[in-house]
Amino acid sequence: MKEQKFWNPYWAGVGLGLTLLFTFVLMGRGLGASGALMRFDVWFLKLIAPGHVQANPYFAKYAEHTLSNWLVFELIGVMIGGFLSGALAGRLKVKTGKGPRISDKGRWILAFVGGAFIGFAARLARGCTSGQALTGGATLALGSWAFMFAVFAGAYATAYFVRKQWI
Amino acid sequence: MAPFFKFGYFGPEVGLIIALISGIGFGFWLERAGFGESRKLALQFYFRDMTVLKVMFMAIVTAMLGLLYLTLFGWLDLSKVFVNPTFWVAQVVGGLIFGVGFAIGGYCPGTSVVGAVLGRIDAYFFLAGALFGMLVFGEMFSLLKNLYNAGAMGVVTLGQWLGVSSGMAAFLVTLLAVGMFVGAEWLESKFREEPAE
Repeated sequence: MKEQKFWNPYWAGVGLGLTLLFTFVLMGRGLGASGALMRFDVWFLKLIAPGHVQANPYFAKYAEHTLSNWLVFELIGVMIGGFLSGALAGRLKVKTGKGPRISDKGRWILAFVGGAFIGFAARLARGCTSGQALTGGATLALGSWAFMFAVFAGAYATAYFVRKQWI
Repeated sequence: MAPFFKFGYFGPEVGLIIALISGIGFGFWLERAGFGESRKLALQFYFRDMTVLKVMFMAIVTAMLGLLYLTLFGWLDLSKVFVNPTFWVAQVVGGLIFGVGFAIGGYCPGTSVVGAVLGRIDAYFFLAGALFGMLVFGEMFSLLKNLYNAGAMGVVTLGQWLGVSSGMAAFLVTLLAVGMFVGAEWLESKFREEPAE
């Protein structure tokens, strides 16, 4: 199947905004992603070191109902929705996303490093681009807007140094 | 009256089904916009593909105006909608580190999940990194606790901070978004060296 074009970003934005509005109207809350990942971490820690989870006040917050949680179900939905959309558009393909000037291996290392920064930062900021920028942005939360502009500032400041990875 | 869950129209079990449906919509639109591709996301930071900014601001404005009008019509009690509390120091420091990670890693948490189900290998490395970074944060929590709670202001909205009504704040955000869209189109016409994927 031939890969289809991505949809117009403005219309995709309207679709995303209506999905967000749907959760506000039904649940009184917005979307998220990093909180669910944190719960997978705690779930794993509970398997190997349950005492350690109880002893740490940050992990202990997630100790009960670790996986039977709203955000975890939502993130499973993201997997289904992303897969369906990709399948319908012919975009399911095993490959590494990168620019032409870096090896696959180099890209994998940087992906892990960037991910580690983001995992740490998302917990510090109490959310990521979904839970803070998008959801808090739409409810006009001051700190979420501060977060959003800080993200763009940090990314534009770093882009020059990793340009070989992308362009 | 909305939000339905808060007014007891259904319980938490039904809520989990709604979580799944919301997530399907979320993942679908992220993928439709091309957010499963790390390079497309990263090109935002070289002004070559401004899709991230366009989708983000369009979504924010859509949901924001939706909340505003539903409140105006008396169909929604906005006081029962969760608003992220502000810890501005933690959020600015976290945001800066997050931005560094975004340029290096090419994904954010939600988009990396979409990349992973499409089969993007770099998304799996990113996810492993994110899980590791969160673990590090948790392990270091006793050291980071002060920073985590720094800049606490409670629930504050842009309107309250600027001293204007929520309608005025929404109007200003809409203007900002339109300005961003015009700027994004101009930047793309200047910096795009290849056709959009």
